[in-house]
Amino acid sequence: MNANNINNNPISTDVVKYVAELSRLSLDEKDTITFQHQLARILEYIAQLNEVDTDSTPPTTHVLPTMKDVFREDVPGGSLSQKEALDAAPDSVRGFFRVPRVI
Amino acid sequence: MPMNGAGRQQSQQFVVLGESLKTGESMDKKGKYETVVGLEVHVQLATKTKVFCSCSTRFGAEPNTQVCPVCLGQPGVLPVLNKEAFMCSLKIAIALGCDIQESMKFDRKNYYYPDLPKNYQISQFDMPLAYAGEVRITLEDGQEKRIGITRAHMEEDAGKLIHDPGGMCSYVDLNRTGTPLLEIVSEPEIRSPEEAHEYLVALKRIIKYLGVSDCNMAEGSLRCDANISLREKGRSKLGSKVEIKNMNSFKAVRDALFYEEERQAEVLDEGGTIKQETRLWDEEKNVTSSMRAKEESHDYRYFPEPDLVPFDISPHLVQKIRDNLPELPAARRERFKKKYNLDWYDVGVLTSEKEIADFFESVTVLTEPRSACNWIKGEIMMHMNERSAGIFELNIEPGYLAKIICMVRDGIISNLAAKDVLRECIERGKDPADIVEQKGLLQVSDKGELELIVDEVITVNEKTVNDLKNGKENALGFLIGQVMRKTKGKANPKLTGEILRKKIKG
Repeated sequence: MNANNINNNPISTDVVKYVAELSRLSLDEKDTITFQHQLARILEYIAQLNEVDTDSTPPTTHVLPTMKDVFREDVPGGSLSQKEALDAAPDSVRGFFRVPRVI
Repeated sequence: MPMNGAGRQQSQQFVVLGESLKTGESMDKKGKYETVVGLEVHVQLATKTKVFCSCSTRFGAEPNTQVCPVCLGQPGVLPVLNKEAFMCSLKIAIALGCDIQESMKFDRKNYYYPDLPKNYQISQFDMPLAYAGEVRITLEDGQEKRIGITRAHMEEDAGKLIHDPGGMCSYVDLNRTGTPLLEIVSEPEIRSPEEAHEYLVALKRIIKYLGVSDCNMAEGSLRCDANISLREKGRSKLGSKVEIKNMNSFKAVRDALFYEEERQAEVLDEGGTIKQETRLWDEEKNVTSSMRAKEESHDYRYFPEPDLVPFDISPHLVQKIRDNLPELPAARRERFKKKYNLDWYDVGVLTSEKEIADFFESVTVLTEPRSACNWIKGEIMMHMNERSAGIFELNIEPGYLAKIICMVRDGIISNLAAKDVLRECIERGKDPADIVEQKGLLQVSDKGELELIVDEVITVNEKTVNDLKNGKENALGFLIGQVMRKTKGKANPKLTGEILRKKIKG
């Protein structure tokens, strides 16, 4: 379609950039090419599933088709302490996680 | 992001348009366009714990003290569905007359925002709990209108962000993350801001009757986003819709829709097109402004949540819940009308909140429904408004109100004194009989005592007495008032009137 697709890559650089934007990732041109190739290889790998004949296999949404209806009772259990909750965060203040301004 | 930049420019343009509307320059748009509104309501379910973990859902705790590895999205954890959250959702869906699905599953809705530590929200996409329900609303002209419910699905709430005004940071409290929500999506069958308001009132009433959410909009336990578009009358194709967020009360929903209705009409009239986008309601400025271009549904990259197994919902369970639902507002209105022989207006007032209807029924055990109704819609509701309190927060037992009503009926206290007794009851929580005794409010029904006071009043009001003699009937009211004044409201008004009439007219 465009110059990015000279290798017949099923993933265009535009798609890579779009996905990166949705994921709030900033990629330079070099990264974009790298991920373009990696994503293409992943798709290729997954595409092998197309070789399986699934005509007689009913659709499923889960890998454990016989396991269903798993609930827990509405009983409060333990939570972490504020300190434990915040310990792993890169930045926190007065009990809050602090992040770059997002609005 | 570039999208935000564009949005900001646009929002300024729209603010200007909005201002020109207020000056009355705009033409009458009402006739030309039809407004189409659909509402998405998020209801927080009144469970003790979160939807997929056992953290407490209590409102108002210190930030980040009701979190655990599951709701913080730490690697390797497993969410497990809260049974009570499922049952609450099922009750609402059944009460709304929805088709409950035989099986449902959860999906991941992917988006990147710090209110959601996992970078996805567990929600339901193509196999939700329920489809196709309805809410019935009453229009201004008294007609009933059915608003369809498209679907109802379960999901988890996100955390709360606090933005530093003017600063470089946002602060994140994840206590709310994982609170169970039921999202209820209406069909685009709402045709005006008023209908939207009525729909919300009716929906909230049903949910409150079920007792599965406190529906407190100020605390965020009921939230509403609105989709609104305009189309020329007679056309069936929908115009591009705008989603409005950030409305914190039913009134805000109505106001925002009014504003947006006008704004879109203005844009269309000038030959412009409506951009599909999300806009935020600004309560102080009374305008909506562009937040972001609407992300298409597939941008969320929904896929099945592998950590939660699917759920089968048996028709047997659905029937059992249906059979055990509490009486819903519509049924209660019908019953009140028949059983207590009240008019529709009064029935509407009494059933407007489940608590008011319950209170009324407790009072009527001991007294006449008509008086109970009058006292509740008058004095009791005045006290509720004065204090912005629910009926049971007034701390007056239904039995106490019944006692007051009976004392008036039996001529023990006057209507006026009864109002004082009620206030005292509410303020001090005392038994009305004790208040009457302590404050000496017992009505004077002793004929001899009243005659003495009537004589005094007749002596000093010669002119009015003559008026009454000459047939001016309203003079009687004045004289009764004078007797009341002398007795500090304790004179039995009926008896006083009789005595006055007899003494003056013979």
